[in-house]
Amino acid sequence: MRKFKEFLIEKLIFICGLASIFFVILIFLFLTKEGLAVFKYVNPVDFLMGKSWYPISEPAQLGILPLIFGSLIVTLGAAIISIPIGIACAVYIAEVAPSKIKEVLKSGIELLAAIPSVVLGFIGMVTLVPWVKTVFHLPTGLTALSGSIILAFMAMPTIVSIAEDALYSVPKSYKEGAFALGATHWQTIYRVLLPAASSGIVAAVMLGIGRVIGETMAVMMITGNAAVIPQSILVPVRTLTATIAAEMGEAVVGSEHYFALFAIGIVLFIMSFIINVTADLFLHKRH
Amino acid sequence: MHNKIKMQAKDVDFFYGKNQALKNVNLDVYANRVTAMIGPSGCGKSTFIRLFNRMNELVPHTALCGKIFLDDLEINNPSVDPVDIRRRVGMVFQKPNPFPKSIFENISYGLKVNGIKDKAFIGQKVEDSLKRAVIWGEVKDRLHDSALKLSGGQQQRLCIARCLAVETEVILFDEPCASLDPISTAKIEELILELKKDYTIIIVTHNMQQAARVSDYTGFFLLGELVEFGKTQDMFTAPRNKKTEDYITGRFG
Repeated sequence: MRKFKEFLIEKLIFICGLASIFFVILIFLFLTKEGLAVFKYVNPVDFLMGKSWYPISEPAQLGILPLIFGSLIVTLGAAIISIPIGIACAVYIAEVAPSKIKEVLKSGIELLAAIPSVVLGFIGMVTLVPWVKTVFHLPTGLTALSGSIILAFMAMPTIVSIAEDALYSVPKSYKEGAFALGATHWQTIYRVLLPAASSGIVAAVMLGIGRVIGETMAVMMITGNAAVIPQSILVPVRTLTATIAAEMGEAVVGSEHYFALFAIGIVLFIMSFIINVTADLFLHKRH
Repeated sequence: MHNKIKMQAKDVDFFYGKNQALKNVNLDVYANRVTAMIGPSGCGKSTFIRLFNRMNELVPHTALCGKIFLDDLEINNPSVDPVDIRRRVGMVFQKPNPFPKSIFENISYGLKVNGIKDKAFIGQKVEDSLKRAVIWGEVKDRLHDSALKLSGGQQQRLCIARCLAVETEVILFDEPCASLDPISTAKIEELILELKKDYTIIIVTHNMQQAARVSDYTGFFLLGELVEFGKTQDMFTAPRNKKTEDYITGRFG
């Protein structure tokens, strides 16, 4: 009887473990099946490199280059903002902050991670967007920059907490060794701790960016959603994610528009897959 | 009859939170001599040695009463920058702790943090230090390999070379051979005897034979107190204190 119980529980856990992989495969298969169908209407090069996205004109123009650029520019902007601040914050928490401030900051960061993206988008819309508009004298504040700033806030918690972990797990003996040689605190951080934690920090950055590239709600609310190849960071852009979210409801099932949206899904899937695998490689290098 | 005093501890009490780890310790360290600290685990000898380069400040909730001198400078005075002290008083740790960098960078690091930029000078200094630490022959063909690939004994000699490169005046050894095999230990001991020509050396050791072999002066610690301090020869042949005698003859420890 006891053996049977063990057997049952073991198998149950096994099935649960298998289920997650099974679902990923299922999603991927479904995505491919629906997405690849678009290539009956448009060849892959035109799809990826086409400069116009007019899915409901006649004939439909299904070039997603503006959307790819939209995603990239928003992500790049968010990375430029969040990486230095995030790493600096992690260094402060791991190395400099007195233990009380450290606790407060850590819970603050966790709280930031818990804010739903729609709330961040909403706050961005009423505060950040008008600010960007007046500061840069723009016709509209719904720009890639606004999206980057809000997304930076979303990437920050991931970057800070994983980078802080990485710094914390650097052996104490490295720090002692550097201090014993007469290194100042900053010299120790800069030349010993950061290099020693570098693979974990890179992983933190990649995971942060992975979160940014997949984010939908906040960007849809504040980037203006113009499917045009952006010439600067101060113009409205539309990202891959926002396109799917905005248009899936109105696309006729089985139409080329519908298939195109799934194909965008594949592109996104591949992008975040690459980012996550890179992050994983760096994380495992650490151990 | 004694030569110059290099470092000095005066009426030193030390606390970890409410625990008193050192009780009224007075001790003189003579220049160009090897001073050994012996005693059972937890007797405060490691804590004591770490006062000489203010390393205990990295541990939160610690407090020091009393004075520590390096020449005439009171080093635990708040106006003294610990960084300046550590550039004069180097330290080699119990567990070899090379940085996860190349052998070359491990040595050049200390020079760089001291503001030296001249590449030719750094290269020469790296070579000299490695030679001085008697490890040059073993690593000269792979200076740019990771230091973590070296054996434990080699790593420890690299750590000593790292310390020599910054030209400190005093070197603190905190159980430098605790994790090494007998052959590596012998090499380090030889090195210590060689180095005392130019450096003042303080060594903490668990190994009484080691203290007898390398040191000129020995301090015996027990429960945070310095029970006995004197010439090594005298202490090992005719200890004045009963507790010292019991410890060095192996009756407890």
